[in-house]
Amino acid sequence: MQKLLGDKKAIFLFVFPTFLVFTIIIILPIFFSGYYSLLEWDGFSNGKFIGFGNYVDLFVNNTDGFTKGVKNSIVLAIVSVGIQLPLSLLLALILARGVKFEKLYRTVYFIPVIISTVVIGQLWMKIYHPNYGMLNIILNKIGLGFLANEWLGNTQTALGAVFVALLWQYVGYHMLLMYASAKSISTEIYEAAKIDGANEPTLALKITIPLMKPILRVCVVFSVIGSFKAFDLIYVLTNGGPLHATEVPTTIMYTSIFAKYQYGYGSAMAIFIIVECLVATVIIQRMFGKDPVN
Amino acid sequence: MESNVMTVPQMNPKSKFNLKKAGKVLLSLALAAYAIIQVYPLFWLLLFSFKDNNEIFGGNVLGLPEIWRWSNYTSALTTGDVGIYFINSIIVTAVTILLSSVMLAATSYAIVRMYWKLNNLFLTYFLIGLMVPIHATLLPLFVILRNMHMLNTYWSLIIPYVAFALPMGIFILTGFLNSIPRELEEAACIDGCSIYKIFGKIIIPLLRPALATVAIFTYMNTWNELMFANTFINSEKLKTLTVGIMSLAGQHTTDWGPIGAGLVIATIPTLLIYVLLSDQVQKSLIVGSVKG
Repeated sequence: MQKLLGDKKAIFLFVFPTFLVFTIIIILPIFFSGYYSLLEWDGFSNGKFIGFGNYVDLFVNNTDGFTKGVKNSIVLAIVSVGIQLPLSLLLALILARGVKFEKLYRTVYFIPVIISTVVIGQLWMKIYHPNYGMLNIILNKIGLGFLANEWLGNTQTALGAVFVALLWQYVGYHMLLMYASAKSISTEIYEAAKIDGANEPTLALKITIPLMKPILRVCVVFSVIGSFKAFDLIYVLTNGGPLHATEVPTTIMYTSIFAKYQYGYGSAMAIFIIVECLVATVIIQRMFGKDPVN
Repeated sequence: MESNVMTVPQMNPKSKFNLKKAGKVLLSLALAAYAIIQVYPLFWLLLFSFKDNNEIFGGNVLGLPEIWRWSNYTSALTTGDVGIYFINSIIVTAVTILLSSVMLAATSYAIVRMYWKLNNLFLTYFLIGLMVPIHATLLPLFVILRNMHMLNTYWSLIIPYVAFALPMGIFILTGFLNSIPRELEEAACIDGCSIYKIFGKIIIPLLRPALATVAIFTYMNTWNELMFANTFINSEKLKTLTVGIMSLAGQHTTDWGPIGAGLVIATIPTLLIYVLLSDQVQKSLIVGSVKG
């Protein structure tokens, strides 16, 4: 057995293809991105080394609204943590304490998560359609027709409309993570607390939520990073428009690279997004402190 | 004895009971209302995928279709090319799941079970991949693929998808392998079979539940991926569903029925998997939550 498991040729065969693909596709490109971000390069001619010039353009001499894109993504992160997560938490807590059709609700809430973002995006475009969209028709039917709007075409409402679709899609995901965590808490704790006369909201606040801290941290990290990296749904719904009202860093990056051929400048954005995500992760981990000892 | 303790008016226990019941009803109503918010848009999509523009623009936006127009589906599949996109998605997803499963199973096995010095170093190295967002690799991959004349091939999607499936799979499988005893392999080894036979005949079957978890996760990521698919492929014949659906919607902006039908078709395999394996799918995505 020893000899068999020490077979160097077999180990090489088992590990090397994985190592090669992983390194070329995931690890090397990060370094390339870092290098490109120091170039002025249109992707075809030879790039010119300009040091941190692209980064200066991003934040100091910015002309393409990148800072506004960053601001939008931060607003999205705040809305996610402030609205989406509490809603998910509420649903998870209710379901985890046992209600009729618990499994059915859990399964149904999760459906939008598994559906392709492109499908979700196209669907919401129809929902927001000014003349025949579900939203305006329903508003008209319930006598709120004065609220009807060209949701995605109006610079005042486009960002909010995009956010609603984004939040809607992932409520079920956070709900499920929180539900799984809440469900794993032993029922004996609840029995004991109930004998002491605690009611359900107290149980949730004093027992369940503190014990869910590790998963809540994961959810906050996901919401924030997910907001900073958000691309698919925004690309499908508005691609940053109308009049750049819904731009986020990723959409500006995509346009810079593939529509304006600013390879170096776009790479600086990619690097900024990675760094932003890493910094956010570290800060959130710190804010939550250490896990309670189990 | 209890009645002695109860000094409060007799009404109270009953009203408390009612309050509790009312609370439960309210709670159920809230849960049901939220379920409607999550599902109704999808139901509405299904409805309009059977309508034509005359019907929708004539005022029947929310109701059931007057006639169930299956022709929307046939026209999406044929003139809308959704059939081709669908096959492309199946090819890309199937090859990605197959290749990545074999690679990550072999690598995980070598890392956990076999004797060599650098196994932990390699494990750490692969797990770094969990933190890398695809945005960071998009342009360099595009340049690499362009230089290798691999843009507009299935491989331009399959290879990156396989690579991004590896870290999560290795994370799950090494954890799983650590939890199963070595006796089976050792027993098999006494009969003198080769390491490749042990891997193929004993390890792979043992790993099946963990591989299923990984496969579902990989399926979701691959089937729904947009950014790479949108960048590396522009030939109409090779587009996968996500990109294909976008171009379909772009060409027929005003034709609601066939677009709706295309969206439904793109969603059917995922929903089918979900209906059949909902617990397994939910488990996969919970396990997958280690990815940051």
